[in-house]
Amino acid sequence: MSRGRYGIHGGQYISETLMNELIRLEECYEYYKKDPEFQEELRKLLNDYAGRPSLLYYAEKMTRDLGGAKIYLKREDLNHTGSHKINNVLGQALLAKKMGKTRLIAETGAGQHGVATATVAALFGMECEIFMGKEDTDRQALNVYRMELLGAKVHPVTSGTQTLKDAVNETMREWSNRVNDTHYVLGSVMGPHPFPMIVRDFQSVIGREAREQILKAEGRLPAAVIACVGGGSNAMGSFHPFLEDKDVALIGCEAAGKGLDTPYHAATIAKGSLGVFHGMKSYFCQNEYGQIAPVYSISAGLDYPGIGPEHAYLHDIGRARYVPVTDDEAVDAFEYLARTEGIICAIESAHAVAHARKIAGQYGPDECMIITLSGRGDKDVAAIARYKGVDLHE
Amino acid sequence: MNEKKSGLSRVFDTPNHKAFIAFLTAGDPDADSTVKFILEMEKAGVDLVEIGIPFSDPTAEGVVIQEADLRSLRGGMTTDGVFEIVRKVRESSDLPLVFMTYLNPVFHYGYDRFFGKCRELGVDGIIIPDLPFEEKGEVEEPAAAHGVEVISMVAPTSEDRIQAIAGQAKGFLYVVSSMGVTGVRKEIKTDLTSIVASIRKATDIPCAIGFGISTPQQAAKMAEISDGAIVGSAIVRIIAGKGADAAPEIGEYVASMKAAVAGVP
Repeated sequence: MSRGRYGIHGGQYISETLMNELIRLEECYEYYKKDPEFQEELRKLLNDYAGRPSLLYYAEKMTRDLGGAKIYLKREDLNHTGSHKINNVLGQALLAKKMGKTRLIAETGAGQHGVATATVAALFGMECEIFMGKEDTDRQALNVYRMELLGAKVHPVTSGTQTLKDAVNETMREWSNRVNDTHYVLGSVMGPHPFPMIVRDFQSVIGREAREQILKAEGRLPAAVIACVGGGSNAMGSFHPFLEDKDVALIGCEAAGKGLDTPYHAATIAKGSLGVFHGMKSYFCQNEYGQIAPVYSISAGLDYPGIGPEHAYLHDIGRARYVPVTDDEAVDAFEYLARTEGIICAIESAHAVAHARKIAGQYGPDECMIITLSGRGDKDVAAIARYKGVDLHE
Repeated sequence: MNEKKSGLSRVFDTPNHKAFIAFLTAGDPDADSTVKFILEMEKAGVDLVEIGIPFSDPTAEGVVIQEADLRSLRGGMTTDGVFEIVRKVRESSDLPLVFMTYLNPVFHYGYDRFFGKCRELGVDGIIIPDLPFEEKGEVEEPAAAHGVEVISMVAPTSEDRIQAIAGQAKGFLYVVSSMGVTGVRKEIKTDLTSIVASIRKATDIPCAIGFGISTPQQAAKMAEISDGAIVGSAIVRIIAGKGADAAPEIGEYVASMKAAVAGVP
């Protein structure tokens, strides 16, 4: 069996052209993981540049309103660049620099990962090219401009369904074309080993902080940790430090789009099946012949037909639970959080908020739960307005 | 069908015979045309045809083959449809055939069921670009049980991996000429002579070079270094232009490439 397995999932299903690079990446990562200087440099960047630790905010009004567990929000939306993506990008870019790379490439869905990568490339003085589905460059025009402002070149991807999976395809193609000076900053806990491991480790800062913060605030562990799942990086980062805490329920919220009874969703665990794609064995939305299905979600960041292999494994062994949340529920939650707590969260994160609203009442007032707000919602305001039929003129 | 000399070896079995290997995407533009094109290639002297089973997300392909895959899938082509194409070819031909596709369609069909069909239809091998050395075990075993060989690939970046890959290679070795994805290239810059030399240290198995080859000159040069040349995008481009009427042009093209390769000592 190959390296990087999570039960039957994971592996390195990738072209021979990239294999030596992946092996080198793993070796370098293992070396720098144990290098105190690297870790100190990364810690400084996370704290002084990205603004960590992020707050664990007690949402008192929401708690009162839902009448159950105390609700805590892990505020990744307050990070520099507005989402959890910066945690991983700072780690990978620093690693890339140590490996002597001068150019970063990345895929992006909603644009959050692209913006984070463009930001860190600017900071490190590295060249940067971002691949983004044409449909997403239209839905997230502001983020395209933001990346360009940061000095990145944005390639609209016109192949396939013109969304996140096609952006990943194109970034992989570009990487296999130019691997010597280029690092592919993969944005989620997916792809071939060692990416799911590296991204998980860099994102685990979310859960490590949250665990400490909740113990300090409540003197106990949460009954549940809830996060949205596309590829699954903010969820894996939130879950991982709680894996051994068997009483903490780990709940991932996937995009049910217009409903699981329609073809318009991206609910990989609920509706997908085992497959091999984008370098990994995991669950994917696909047809009976293994053709990857076009998926849909109002949220560009969850609009992905697969899920990271470690999530697939946590699902298999029952350690984490994955639940579908529809567009309507997410939009409701987006508005609810804005009005109740004065926080406009990303539409991705609103999927987690929506599920928390459903289950908070099942817990007693002496219990608490953590919802990871993976990002802020400025990018989504125009799309939500359109969804609600509001005509905006900027 | 002739009594087979262990599958793929008959492609390279004549001493000093250099092979011309052609690729096309099954179902582009439709199943009947694919059957016609393969038979036309046989007439023109092709030594082996790689039949591409279309995949929705062919990450190792350039634009030309990506678009062929999508055309084929939009036309309703399926894995069963591709087997049906091969069955029709086999009504009149025992031309050596291999499949080229991504792992997911094979995985999803079920390895045993898939390779059982391959054996039944006389498909001797399979090329899977997203199945590197480290992962090939899960496919090689069920394939071998049906006498189907999983073709290994060596890339310009393989370096120290060549020995291990070549040492375990079956059928023939697919040498990837260039970085990046499939597609026509003006120039092939990789030092292929030294790559083939490292392969030769580890195995006597034939090796053929693919990726980027389109002209007879390029094909001859590749055949000079190795045991054959593989051409895909240049043929798919003809099909993209001419559609169902592409057979005569494919025939001419394959004949010219075969002549170039055969002229190599």
